[in-house]
Amino acid sequence: MKPTDISAPDYFHKVVDCQWACPAHTPVPEYIRLIAEGRYSDAYMINWRSNVFPGILGRTCDRPCEPACRRGRVEDTPVAICRLKRVAADFKDDVKHRMPKPMAKNGRRIAIVGGGPASLTVARDLAPLGYHCTVFDSDPKAGGMMRTQIPKFRLPDSVIDEETDYILDLGIEFKGGHRIDSLKQLLTENFDAVFVGSGAPRGRELEIPGRKEAAANIHIGIEWLASVSFEHVSKIGKRVIVLGGGNTAMDCCRTARRLGGEDVKVVVRSGFEEMKASPWEKEDALHEDIPILNFMVPVAFIHDNGKLTGVTFQKVKAEYDAKGRRNLVPSGEADETINCDDVLVAVGQENSFPWIERDCGVEFDKWNMPKVDAKTFVSTNPKVFFGGDAAFGPKNIIWAVSHGHDAALSIHKMLSGEDITERPLPEVIVSSQKMGIHEWSYDNDVSNDKRYKVPHRDKVIALKDIRAEVELGYDVKLALGEAQRCLNCDIQTVFAAPLCIECDACVDICPMDCITFTDNGEEEDLRTRLKAPSLHPDQDLYVADGLKTGRVMVKDEDVCLHCGLCAERCPTGAWDMQKHLIDMTHAGTSCPSKARSAA
Amino acid sequence: MTYIAKPKFQHPGLPRNDLGFTHRDYEGKVSTLCAGCGHDSITASIIEACFELSIEPHRVAKISGIGCSSKTPDYFLGNSHGFNSVHGRMPSVLTGANLANRDLIYLGVSGDGDSASIGFGQFAHSIRRGVNMTYIVENNGVYGLTKGQFSATADRGSKSKKGLINSDSPIDLVAIALQLGASFVARSFSGDKTQLVPLIAAAIQHKGAAFIDVISPCVAFNNHAGSTKSFDYVREHNDAVNRLDVISGRDPITVDYAPGTVQLVEQHDGTRIALRKIDADYDPHDRVGAMSFLQKHAARGQIVTGLLYVDPESDDLHSHLDTVEAPLNTLDAVELCPGNAALEKINASLR
Repeated sequence: MKPTDISAPDYFHKVVDCQWACPAHTPVPEYIRLIAEGRYSDAYMINWRSNVFPGILGRTCDRPCEPACRRGRVEDTPVAICRLKRVAADFKDDVKHRMPKPMAKNGRRIAIVGGGPASLTVARDLAPLGYHCTVFDSDPKAGGMMRTQIPKFRLPDSVIDEETDYILDLGIEFKGGHRIDSLKQLLTENFDAVFVGSGAPRGRELEIPGRKEAAANIHIGIEWLASVSFEHVSKIGKRVIVLGGGNTAMDCCRTARRLGGEDVKVVVRSGFEEMKASPWEKEDALHEDIPILNFMVPVAFIHDNGKLTGVTFQKVKAEYDAKGRRNLVPSGEADETINCDDVLVAVGQENSFPWIERDCGVEFDKWNMPKVDAKTFVSTNPKVFFGGDAAFGPKNIIWAVSHGHDAALSIHKMLSGEDITERPLPEVIVSSQKMGIHEWSYDNDVSNDKRYKVPHRDKVIALKDIRAEVELGYDVKLALGEAQRCLNCDIQTVFAAPLCIECDACVDICPMDCITFTDNGEEEDLRTRLKAPSLHPDQDLYVADGLKTGRVMVKDEDVCLHCGLCAERCPTGAWDMQKHLIDMTHAGTSCPSKARSAA
Repeated sequence: MTYIAKPKFQHPGLPRNDLGFTHRDYEGKVSTLCAGCGHDSITASIIEACFELSIEPHRVAKISGIGCSSKTPDYFLGNSHGFNSVHGRMPSVLTGANLANRDLIYLGVSGDGDSASIGFGQFAHSIRRGVNMTYIVENNGVYGLTKGQFSATADRGSKSKKGLINSDSPIDLVAIALQLGASFVARSFSGDKTQLVPLIAAAIQHKGAAFIDVISPCVAFNNHAGSTKSFDYVREHNDAVNRLDVISGRDPITVDYAPGTVQLVEQHDGTRIALRKIDADYDPHDRVGAMSFLQKHAARGQIVTGLLYVDPESDDLHSHLDTVEAPLNTLDAVELCPGNAALEKINASLR
């Protein structure tokens, strides 16, 4: 194998599994260490710079970081990264004075359609650079789906208000209650760029017999959630069936439980395991006495002269073809009818662009989606950019934020006369953590604690009040315990072959048997000759040559605990523990990383 | 040393031996020796050998004297019996323990100061008596704990860290062991685990006095230019006569080396050692040949390593003395006191 080029920013970035998995590439271990130190405001600002909505995401993020967390490969459960983010938001001091100060207006005007996470990220990145950003939203307040579709018992209004205000206070013009009905019209209004972050606002229909006749008691999930959010709806029947297995379905059933639903059931086509909903959201629903029935396909709404009485389901089973694709085929059991008073349909969301004329330069593909460049987020009209669910269909908040950052960077480069396809590398700050012979500027002792549970409000009380937040968040003590579980994967093991005397001290002390000194070979062959078996070929091997015996040092990054014992036991300092703080490049210098002191 | 304990987590794919243990289960406390000490690699090799042999830790007694080397039993086999004895007295304590309980596996760990100076006589007598043990000398050629004076195994002409030249003749413990009748004699290097681990495993299985001299560079006081026990010097002058694989139990033997290069040695307990010859002329069953081979190579400045001598028909002190088969602590009153008739018989024989 060729020696590893550790100066390539992606190499060590990949080792920080959580940060690599995060669409916005939040420097997770860095903020977790700050939480452990009680520096909540600093931890919050790192998050704010990277993911814009720490308080909101700390409650609602889909957490792609957690399945990636190294801790999940070392023991059973990953670090509760998401809920630690909330800790930073909950315990921070007033951070208003730390927000960027807008530069003088540069005369450029940006129209931003939709007031959700992608749009607000674009505004947050561009406004401090002097751009005049105008955000249009049909709802009176900013937040988009975060405000309308996520129930208040998961995400209180106060959190949304606080974090949307940080952005709107940067001198952004917010036009609430102002729906954009024509892109053509908007393009005539002399904006220098348009960003479309209008989401995937349409709930998918379920066209089966009885749908029209019983329409009065059949509601589309996201629309119903929005009506609840705006307090247009305040009750539902006693017996409720929720159709669908995604996170919206989980929000629907739990909301129904709080609006009078006593017998609420979720019914899904697939198996329980394959449901799209996040495992923790399913858990929360089950905890609120909501059964989830699987392998049942709705075939008809049953009604009595237009009054809904139930839903009939066909029972199916999963069969897998040669290619491993799943097909749901009838199991042969009798159909089952479940009686109910109301049905909530949460079987997916769709994009909808009736307001974009097909002749204004924005081309659409055969699925009626705008043609958007996956890197720059520009459409076929060089002035029009897309992001969030509007770009590539429904995803989640953290993806929308990531799109927003990239689109803002494109807009800024375009309006600065630069090539938008050239994407700057992340900024990497490297610093040795050595303080003394056996002292490091990070806590290298590995905690053996199991994942801490987030305290919940008592169920009886929680179900009575739709605005009572269910999760209470970690207290300081629990947060500290959980923060200590982080393995500090950004503190990298850096090897200097010229200093190595091949004494094997690192090999002997490494608790995870990560390090091997052996003859070089092709990667496939090397992986068979490691001291401990290579379990995850997607995890890199760190190879260094230049040793006196002609062998190479091979380190399997897979389950390294970053405990620094290799460096402590090294007599010559050939191993060093160096922090690689990787900061993604955003538009301009809206939030220069220099503004915060190194942790 | 380090300030933190070695984390409890272990690689999820670690192999397990017949007892269901991983090699981590054979560890002891975290080492307090200098970072990079060769002794830590010997510790790791002992751990590996015991793991590979599926030894139950409570069946092992590890006994040592005084010195850096003699601290190491604390760092391996945390669940074994241990005795950290007086300086140079490890062989006597081990001999006594072995006589009292012949069922345990005896691991004597000593250093060049402990065995070649203050305990030289003790070393000699335990070897010549054929005590069933594995006697490991962690040989770095200096007194590390007293800041690097030459020890009795330092080569004449080698240079100390401060620049002094050693004028005394060295004691070659391997040569002495051969001369005193050790039935298993080997030399190895802490920086070469592929050679060392099977040697330790074979020595543990050997019945009789098994002696291994392991050159173990002292990173603090004897790893400089001019030293003959540094990592660089030993790597440059290492002349391995053979490599071995320990074949446990009744596994069928499949050897895919060129004919004539592999020699199978059967040990008392039925295990076999496959010796891969590097030096075609070297015969590990020839005690006298081994001694002259050593001398010749030593004169050329070469360090001969490998399994230098093994007597497949070896015996131990218990057979020589015709002692009782059972450990003494399992003997009950009836066996210990055979009665008046037996006493009368003995007395009669002495009249």
